[in-house]
Amino acid sequence: MLLSLAIWVPVVAGVLLLVLGERYARWIALAGSILGFLVTLPLYWNFDVSSSTMQFVEFARWIERFNVNYHLGVDGISMLFVLLNSFITVLVVIASWSQVDSRVAQYYAAFLVLSGMLNGVFEALDAVLFYVFFEGTLIPMFIIIGMWGGPNRVYASVKFFLYTLMGSLLMLVALLYLYGKSGGSFAILDWHRLPLPLGAQLLLFFGFLFAFAVKVPMWPVHTWLPDAHTEAPTAGSVVLAAILLKLGAYGFVRFSLPIMPDASRQLAWLMIALSVIAVVYIGFVALAQTDMKRLIAYSSISHMGLVTLGFFIFNAYGVEGGLVQMISHGFVSAALFLCVGVLYDRMHSRMIADYGGVVNSMPKFAGLMMLFAMANSGLPATSGFVGEFLVILGAMKTGFWLALLAASTMVLGAAYTLWMYKRVMFGPVANPQVAALKDLNGREVAVLGLLALAVLGMGVYPLPFTEVMHASVNELLRHVALPKI
Amino acid sequence: MDARTVLIDHLPALPEVLLLIGACALMIVDLYVRSERRNASFDLAQIVLLLCAASTLFVQWVDGTTRLYIFNGLFVSDVMSNLLKLASYVSVWATLVYSRQYLVDRGLLRGEFLTLLLFSLLGMMVMISANSFLTLYLGLELMSLCLYAMVALDRDSAVSTEAAMKYFVLGALSSGLLLYGMSMIYGATGTLSISEVAQRVSRIAATTDRSLLVFGLVFMVAGIAFKLGAAPFHMWIPDVYQGAPTAVTLAIGAAPKLAAFAMAVRLLVNGLLDLAQDWQQMLALLALLSMAIGNITAIAQSNIKRMLAYSTIAHMGFMLLGLLSGVVGGNLLSAADAYSTALFYVVVYVLMTLGAFGMLLYLSRKGFECENLDDLRGLNRRSPWFAFVMMVLMFSLAGLPPTAGFYAKLAVLSSAVQAGQLWLAVAAVILSLVGAFYYLRIVKLMYFDEPKEAGPVPGHREMRALLSVNGLILLILGVFPQPLMALCYIAINSL
Repeated sequence: MLLSLAIWVPVVAGVLLLVLGERYARWIALAGSILGFLVTLPLYWNFDVSSSTMQFVEFARWIERFNVNYHLGVDGISMLFVLLNSFITVLVVIASWSQVDSRVAQYYAAFLVLSGMLNGVFEALDAVLFYVFFEGTLIPMFIIIGMWGGPNRVYASVKFFLYTLMGSLLMLVALLYLYGKSGGSFAILDWHRLPLPLGAQLLLFFGFLFAFAVKVPMWPVHTWLPDAHTEAPTAGSVVLAAILLKLGAYGFVRFSLPIMPDASRQLAWLMIALSVIAVVYIGFVALAQTDMKRLIAYSSISHMGLVTLGFFIFNAYGVEGGLVQMISHGFVSAALFLCVGVLYDRMHSRMIADYGGVVNSMPKFAGLMMLFAMANSGLPATSGFVGEFLVILGAMKTGFWLALLAASTMVLGAAYTLWMYKRVMFGPVANPQVAALKDLNGREVAVLGLLALAVLGMGVYPLPFTEVMHASVNELLRHVALPKI
Repeated sequence: MDARTVLIDHLPALPEVLLLIGACALMIVDLYVRSERRNASFDLAQIVLLLCAASTLFVQWVDGTTRLYIFNGLFVSDVMSNLLKLASYVSVWATLVYSRQYLVDRGLLRGEFLTLLLFSLLGMMVMISANSFLTLYLGLELMSLCLYAMVALDRDSAVSTEAAMKYFVLGALSSGLLLYGMSMIYGATGTLSISEVAQRVSRIAATTDRSLLVFGLVFMVAGIAFKLGAAPFHMWIPDVYQGAPTAVTLAIGAAPKLAAFAMAVRLLVNGLLDLAQDWQQMLALLALLSMAIGNITAIAQSNIKRMLAYSTIAHMGFMLLGLLSGVVGGNLLSAADAYSTALFYVVVYVLMTLGAFGMLLYLSRKGFECENLDDLRGLNRRSPWFAFVMMVLMFSLAGLPPTAGFYAKLAVLSSAVQAGQLWLAVAAVILSLVGAFYYLRIVKLMYFDEPKEAGPVPGHREMRALLSVNGLILLILGVFPQPLMALCYIAINSL
């Protein structure tokens, strides 16, 4: 019941918004998102950390003709993302309170429906259900970027849509192939046990790889992300970075690793190579950006490279580090995009060059953003450190040079983040508009403050996050180590 | 044999008889109707459709899943024929409701339109229930001749007349091809009855030379492809769709596809299943070409009717994926699965076509044709609800969840993959990605662009209601596709 509520409370709230129209739209959205978050909390409290099986399972016949079922469940890998998503949705609703003034109801409805569908992706245990949610998320995001985005929004939204659709369509063929191979079942957990010859595994691996690599996004299919991030409204960028990018990485641990373990091990070199390129090369690309949102977008790609790297070195540090990094990146990238949003609302510019000396007029803001910038560069005692450290530790077990390359993220991340921070916040006030900036209002402090708490809390005491994962990650690794041929 | 048994024996043809009487009555009644809106004729047409639907349901209720042959085996009634007939009534009824205001505004709502529409429906029903080459051909010609005349209904419009001319010439050619193919098969088997053809073909195919059969088959497949609008026999579709008045485009684009599907099933599956290895290869080529030509050419169109015409071609290619996956290596086990996916596809496709052209009719008004992409600009500002309905239609045509179009695609792709046509399925998804672009462009125009003209869209109450229901059905089928899928499965199993 809880898992269904996590999906349908936001969706129903969204539909309600569309029906009721503009009046009280903001309040209905807020109520819907908070309710949506509250119903996910018991998932954490009642979670059995010692078990690696699916919990809170729901099962109902859905499309009998194709043996498709409404099958939901979460394990240690997926549960936290449901919470993260519902939490971020609340922040997004609050953060866009006064940013949007045209077609408010449609705006919030899109976000709430999106939130429900994202929960569905993380909870689905049936491949068709997963696919419906996975692809369904494209529609609201397309509308969000296209309707409330920046000047180049149409190009960015269409590019986003077609790019991700291309990947997922190939996955659809892979799903149908598995359906046939498994004798007519779409149950993901059945597929985990399905023996497959290496040739089929390799073929399937590439089918899934396109879908997930585009979503992560991995180099070289990342080019949609900077455009989408830059043109999306602030809240759109937040959801995109914090949650949507996690779908791809989640897909790797839910589908690629357990269903095609032999192919995964065989092709690990490729995945590691692509990940390292993302970490190092995209790190340098980020350094060269002049637009703050673009810079954070590239930083996201680079950080997600570390996640995929962690998954494909096949040890507990790597996988757990990758998962922790996903959650941490959810908080940090959301916070950074919100910070840029705060500046953009006041100045209507994202260009680093237009700023300088902001700290003089916005001290509170400068303080909070400092924290997030540090977290983005992986400073100890922030959430960013935990995941990166674990992945580097895992990489060290594979080889020194790999670990060295992975660790370059610490240096590069610090370089591009702090350099941007310095150029925006410090230095002389060159632009008269900057001098007139107003510091954060109560709502902005609340949103950024909540995220700051999360970032610090996770950095100082990560156990509540990691203990949930242990059992599931160990089970996953045990499973991947066994050949399925 | 007394009159009572004659009646009972011929019960399965009751809907056809009623429709024939109704259409003739309509012709007479309409002579006395003076009003511009033709309320009496219009209501009579709707009542006839309702009676037909009731009688078809009655026939279905009486006969259940048994297969009945009447008129010496010329006519067959099974679950599939009843399902397709019901879908045709719905489709023709929706055509009537959607096109009423449009035709009134242009002075085209004359008795001829209604009568021709009903007679074309009669032709479709005969095709759907045909169990003989002769019946099938008669039904096909009845349907086609009515449609040719309807395209030319706006006789002062040069474009319409040109379209009608093209449609007629090419249609006659394709009928000729079909007839030629039939005569070949007749020559080889010595019978016109489809069920007897099936028996004799299986004997011939096992023993003697099959070249004559295959020769006839080629022409038959060409004729079927022409009526479906599958490439490379698609040339007429764009011109006719664009040239005909939108109401007539709707009449051509929706229900006749059901009849064409029935024709394909009757001829290929009921009659020539033993040649499946041969026609499946031909259909595979047709499917691939249709998906490629339809989707790629549609991108370049600025006229929505023309764009939807190319999209039709692509969709027919997709539907063929289901038809060509039935027999795998001589094994018939998954045949019913595969054909039922094609049936599901075609029914969902007709629902989507109705909605899409219905929307164009809704947005047109006196002195203004909604037929260019730009006419949809900013619809969300003018009418958020109908922009939403159109968005559902477009995403359904593109095959995205959660809409019915997604399950239609999923079903036929699943058939193709199960039949080992993995590369055809991969080609299909890549081409449907190409297709997603032009559907997406319409969503973009409606939502992201500023409207060309301000103010809400006028429109009749019944039309608005039906259009809303049409969109919602696609959404509901997108969440609960099981009932229709199960129905299609039962229908195909009754073959």
